[in-house]
Amino acid sequence: MAAVETHVPAILEIADDCLILGHRLSEWCGHAPILEEEMALANMGLDLLGQARALYAHAGEIEDKGRTEDDLAFLRREREYRNCLLVERRNGDFAHTMLRQFYFAAFMQPFWRDVAAGSTDATLAGIAAKAEKEMAYHLRHSGEWVIRMGDGTEESARRMADAVIELHRYTGELFMASPARQQAIASGLLPDPESLRAEWDETIAAVFNEAKLEMPEIRVMQKGGRDGNHGEDMGHLLAELQFMQRAYPGQTW
Amino acid sequence: MYSQGLIGADSSTTESEEFLAAFQARIDREEKIEPNDPMPEGYRRTLVRQIGQHAHSEIVGMLPEGNWITRAPSLRRKIALLAKVQDEGGHGLYLYSAAETLGVSREQMTEELLSGKAKYSSIFNYPTPTWADIGAIGWLVDGAAIMNQIPLCRCSFGPYARAMIRVCKEESFHQRQGYEIMMTLARGSEEQKQMAQEALNRWWWPSLMMFGPSDTDSTNSDQSMKWKIKRFSNDELRQKFITATVPQAEYLGLTVPDPDLKWNEETKLYDHGEIDWSEFKAVVSGNGQMNRDRIRDRNQAWDDGAWVREAALANARKRADNQHIAREAAE
Repeated sequence: MAAVETHVPAILEIADDCLILGHRLSEWCGHAPILEEEMALANMGLDLLGQARALYAHAGEIEDKGRTEDDLAFLRREREYRNCLLVERRNGDFAHTMLRQFYFAAFMQPFWRDVAAGSTDATLAGIAAKAEKEMAYHLRHSGEWVIRMGDGTEESARRMADAVIELHRYTGELFMASPARQQAIASGLLPDPESLRAEWDETIAAVFNEAKLEMPEIRVMQKGGRDGNHGEDMGHLLAELQFMQRAYPGQTW
Repeated sequence: MYSQGLIGADSSTTESEEFLAAFQARIDREEKIEPNDPMPEGYRRTLVRQIGQHAHSEIVGMLPEGNWITRAPSLRRKIALLAKVQDEGGHGLYLYSAAETLGVSREQMTEELLSGKAKYSSIFNYPTPTWADIGAIGWLVDGAAIMNQIPLCRCSFGPYARAMIRVCKEESFHQRQGYEIMMTLARGSEEQKQMAQEALNRWWWPSLMMFGPSDTDSTNSDQSMKWKIKRFSNDELRQKFITATVPQAEYLGLTVPDPDLKWNEETKLYDHGEIDWSEFKAVVSGNGQMNRDRIRDRNQAWDDGAWVREAALANARKRADNQHIAREAAE
């Protein structure tokens, strides 16, 4: 079965994840701790923004209402963005940024692998094949930094542990399937995120072990992004992201 | 992004006349000087300073354009701008590496930038208040950079010349990208045209100043020319830039903000109005609108990143120790 209009919201969830995290990474530009990381953060941001662009264009085509990639990326209301809360969390220090990247990549790399291998949507499978390679790099790069900072100095270990306490509670949402997602799973468009949980747990545990980080016990996972219920930082992010499109409506750039 | 006419180098040197003559003979034969070759101390010092200033300019130059990445008006523009600014960081990286071949470390050079001791291009001390400034920077600033850097591809110092070949290819792409932004604005709404014109007004004169002081006032040109570190004088390059750029502005339907600009049939170049060198001197000596902000931002990134760099070193030491212990246990 090819993609149909009811699949659009499920594709937009992923596109929004990529856009918002790509935007967050782009905020680092010019402010990274070392020059090599300027390059790496920009690389990862570019990968995610490229994925977002391909996904928005694809969603717009399936929807067939004339909405372009930019209409979808820049001209929706906050409630209409369906990214998970993890990706909108502010950058914080380098430990927060790298841990957020690690959590996300540890999910997305196998996610894209399965989409590439089994999606009923050939275009999506094509996007996935490229994205999987990119996320494999993000996973390796961010994982190495989690280890360096976790098992570095006293200060870096403390900062990594703080980041884990702060961010781990946002990882539960990666495995939740919204009604739109469930429909896409049922039609073989996307894999069930639950099927990726064991692999994710293993990836996290292996890196935490090497990083000498403790797995936190989080009783209540935070959620809301997939329903459009975002945190307070999201509005500020969108105010910047949408600034030109809102200030000068209907113009070509 | 580009090197300015070099600011304040000391090319004095103390080697014997014989040594200097032999060195000059190599230069005159257009041989490339490589890092381990004998070279006059003044030559080495001039290059360290020039390559260092060039590298710092790339790094500081990330800030004014980085100012618009999060507000870029479309996904395509956002990606192109982030990639462009990333390129500048890459230029910084291989320029620092080229300077390191002359025996100065990246850390040393960074410290000099952060303390305000080392100079960087004056152009980055101007603000980017609108999206059109991103177009104008690509078109004019990268355009001026290319004029400056194409001759540097033939610089007598091998590592610098080779770095410039790659840098120029990327800058030329940036320049076209910037011009394309300007073209889109110039063909857009009245509001967009005005935005483009205002950006041209802001960046025109500072771009001309990028070539450095007029030949009559440039203190370090002669020796640099003789050593073939530079090939053309500041004024020659400036004239070439103006002559290439004025028709581009006309094509956009924009007005170059110089009432004295006039085609000279004899020289086949444009004559331009008086450059306000007092503004140039003020910006170079730290009194431009953004000088303090730029250095503050660089310092903040460096200070905020200190614990990260320490962690990376500490972790590398631990890994090395563990390997050592494992090896001893195995023996």
